Amino acid sequence: MAEKLMKYAEACKQFDPVFGLETHVELCTNTKLFCPAHIEFGGEPNTQLTPVSLGLPGSLPVVNKTAVDYAIKLGLALHCEINEWSQFARKNYFYPDMPRDYQISQYDKPTNGNGYLDVELDDGTVFRVPIERAHIEDDAGKNTHVGGADGRIEGADHSLVDYNRAGVPLIEIVTKPIEGAGDRAPEIAGAYMRAIRDIVRALGISHARMEQGNMRADVNLSLRRSPNDPYGTRSETKNVNSFRGIEKTLQYEIRRQAAILADGGEILQETRHWDESTQTTAGGRVKSDADDYRYFPDPDLVMLHITKEHIAEIEAQMPEMPRERRNRLKAEWNLTDLQMRDILNADALDLIEETVKAGATAAGARKWWLGELSREANAKGVSLEELPVTPADVAQVEKLIADGKLNDKLAKQTIAGVLAGEGTPDEVVAKHNYKIVEDTGAIDAAVEAAFEANPDVVEKLKGGNMKPMGVIIGAVMKATRGQADAKAVTKIVMAKIKS
Amino acid sequence: MSISTETAALVKLSAAEQAAKIKAGEVTSRELVEAHLAVIEAAEPSIKAFLKVSGDVALEQADAFDAKSAEDKAKLPELAGVPIAIKDMIVTKGIETTAASKILEGWVPPYDATVIEKLKAAGMPILGKTNLDEFAQGSSTEHSAYQTTHNPWDTERVPGGSGGGSASAVAAFEAPLALGTDTGGSIRQPGSLTGTVGVKPTYGGVSRFGAIAMASSLDQIGPVSRTVLDSALLQEIIGGHDERDSTSIPEGPRPMVAAAREGAKRDLKGLKVGLVKELGGEGFQPGVEARFNEAVAQLKDMGAEVTEVSCPHFPYALGAYYIIMPSEVSSNLARYDGMRYGLRVMPPAGVPQTAANMMAYTREAGFGDEVKRRIILGTYALSAGYYDAWYGSAQKVRTLIINDFKAAFDKVDVLVSPTSPSTAFKFGEKMDDPLAMYMNDIATIPANLAGVPAMSIPAGLSDDGLPVGIQFIAPQQRDEVMYKPAAALEAALEESWGGPIWNDLKTPWLGE
Repeated sequence: MAEKLMKYAEACKQFDPVFGLETHVELCTNTKLFCPAHIEFGGEPNTQLTPVSLGLPGSLPVVNKTAVDYAIKLGLALHCEINEWSQFARKNYFYPDMPRDYQISQYDKPTNGNGYLDVELDDGTVFRVPIERAHIEDDAGKNTHVGGADGRIEGADHSLVDYNRAGVPLIEIVTKPIEGAGDRAPEIAGAYMRAIRDIVRALGISHARMEQGNMRADVNLSLRRSPNDPYGTRSETKNVNSFRGIEKTLQYEIRRQAAILADGGEILQETRHWDESTQTTAGGRVKSDADDYRYFPDPDLVMLHITKEHIAEIEAQMPEMPRERRNRLKAEWNLTDLQMRDILNADALDLIEETVKAGATAAGARKWWLGELSREANAKGVSLEELPVTPADVAQVEKLIADGKLNDKLAKQTIAGVLAGEGTPDEVVAKHNYKIVEDTGAIDAAVEAAFEANPDVVEKLKGGNMKPMGVIIGAVMKATRGQADAKAVTKIVMAKIKS
Repeated sequence: MSISTETAALVKLSAAEQAAKIKAGEVTSRELVEAHLAVIEAAEPSIKAFLKVSGDVALEQADAFDAKSAEDKAKLPELAGVPIAIKDMIVTKGIETTAASKILEGWVPPYDATVIEKLKAAGMPILGKTNLDEFAQGSSTEHSAYQTTHNPWDTERVPGGSGGGSASAVAAFEAPLALGTDTGGSIRQPGSLTGTVGVKPTYGGVSRFGAIAMASSLDQIGPVSRTVLDSALLQEIIGGHDERDSTSIPEGPRPMVAAAREGAKRDLKGLKVGLVKELGGEGFQPGVEARFNEAVAQLKDMGAEVTEVSCPHFPYALGAYYIIMPSEVSSNLARYDGMRYGLRVMPPAGVPQTAANMMAYTREAGFGDEVKRRIILGTYALSAGYYDAWYGSAQKVRTLIINDFKAAFDKVDVLVSPTSPSTAFKFGEKMDDPLAMYMNDIATIPANLAGVPAMSIPAGLSDDGLPVGIQFIAPQQRDEVMYKPAAALEAALEESWGGPIWNDLKTPWLGE
């Protein structure tokens, strides 16, 4: 059933959107938040368990100190106040994937409170997102519904529970209501999420792979007629797990709510779900005052005491933050905003930086990763990182070019060899005996042959029209099996047409 | 099977005396285990202290101990080789653990509680699992889902609760020692009603890892024995830091054995003893008060300076306890939902076969009335809009009680009171009146709320011939402070009674 939607531009003209994001980031600690169970993605179901992560009678939680340090790192990166005393609280509700039937989270005393994150939009505008808190909690297990259509619980005949994920540490970053975004709300949400991803990766505290569920967000939205009005009733779209999904959720919710309000209707306070296949949000459970998690301080865990000294120690080890790093590299590599954005969009910043560190020029590294290799990755449907080629390989090829040992064409063939698993660039070059033909006699003969085969082109060249030069060079390359240096060929051609 | 005079004499020894016989080579651990298994077999039809007897396991452990070299045995604690019974609230690897609830029927834990690991390391065989009120909720052991435990002093009467099984087992000579758990008096009140010694250590002094949680901020594992020294020996074995329990105290056990041995010299000169004004008088049986006053007089005779101290907020302790405890119960018992272990009851035909319905039917069938009552109370107390008025206020009272103790311990070294307002009552007497039942713990609850150590020892028999208990309370992490006067009083009472009160216990199951 299609819902009535208002055109996006019109919706943003009539209403002021206020949104909020609750982002769950799965930490990449070796063990769970409250027990020493080992964590590994994709393990056999129910193999990463201890009595604690199964909630067996008598078991007790003990906080993983690494997870707390990760939370402090994130708090520092988000300019949060890191509370000297924080406390775990029980969030009570019954659900099959929750071994204790309560989640251990933080309530009125979170580890991190009150921060902000400056996010940079595509046009260079910087928007400050206010952060309410970033607290520590443990994840639930995973239900799999069997027998129904597309894994949904409706129509399933039974469900399976895997508790491997139960107890994996999460940090939930909660923004304050984000006001003043106007029609750029989806763009800001997307930029914010990418900025969080970049930060947690830079901090080394999460793999932040949305497709593996390392990062997911609940998207809250309400509309009001004017920025002076109180907040409207909000909807909460749960567990959106792609950047595009988050942007589209906000767009959709703005259009949906605007249509309802414009008709004089009321927004239901409810949880919704983003459906990737239909590109819509669907209504779920109606939220009401009956949702009562009966939070209270977890008596099994003593309060966390985080000293100023400990915070200072962690602060001293903080890496450069992504935005500062981007600005620095942009200047070092002499890039325009647009060029930098292309690199970021391709997820190639780390790879290019490493390639430069391995000896390549920034321009050379950029050319490979954004050109040939991006095309290869797209064709195979993998990320650049997943290609079987390393920044060192690329730097080596660049060096061979700089040393005059390969031309562009041979370099591409060498990279193709690396991608095909033939070994390092040196090994590929040796295997195929790639080398630039420096024998001008051979090139000369090939040029002559090309001239004979293309008299019309020769006429144009002689007449000063240099556009068809490629035809001659291509023919020469073909004749020399790509081993001629294009610059040398051009020089010979120019000499001949002038004579 | 009839019990031989030798066996009867052996099991009537204290744990320390049994240990001494092992050391002297007069008896083996296996013989001790066999003697107690024989008594269990003879006594259980009338006492019903055990939910599960683990004779094979105990014999295996005894043999393993007996096979050790003299050199290896010498490295073990004094009680090595002496058997022990375990309240079924503590998980034992490979031995069914139920908390006396139908909802855990058949559950065999895959791990040992820290205290069980320590007992095993100490070479102490485990005789079995003792009965209790379901999930330790009750003061008479009548709320067990399986059986009613009888008081060896009068089998028409309750042994107290929740640890009635452990207390009765030790009182009936079925075991020389037992472990209990004490949330509001579950070790001390049964101790008082059965004439045994029961200790609730300082909160955090003994690891709770593997103790099935009732109310986490109040629960504490502790010893049950027939003598003060035995409890001291046992507490030093089970105590100490455990990194698997966040609330565990970093420091090791206190010198309790030394304090108990010192106390046996019956010299209490310089010890300041405080009588808690609020724990006595109205509601306390005259027979209980009489024995208590005599005991206090004996403490004075041994040189203690006795003064009255006031703890003005103690009258609010019971009320605060019945908010905090059920609140934690409501959350701690949520996990018994039929998903992973224990009972599972599917909804009947016609009711949607959903996980939520399965959980509801399982919990309805698996929990008894008292447990349900507390889950409901706690759920209500934690609800939005009520939290501040109930849970919040109760926590404030708790702070006031902690302050009462601090002020009292500024003036005196140790506090005393009767342990329980009455001697053992008859079955069914308080089952229909939860408030009357709750009043049993009026004197024991303050120590749990404040986390301070407390113990009950026998103060003689009341006019009705039933045991009376006196409670000693010490400052936090100073458990040894209560052991000294307790041991002194024990020795003085033995003299004035012409022997231990055990001489008055009729034990037909021992063939006497």
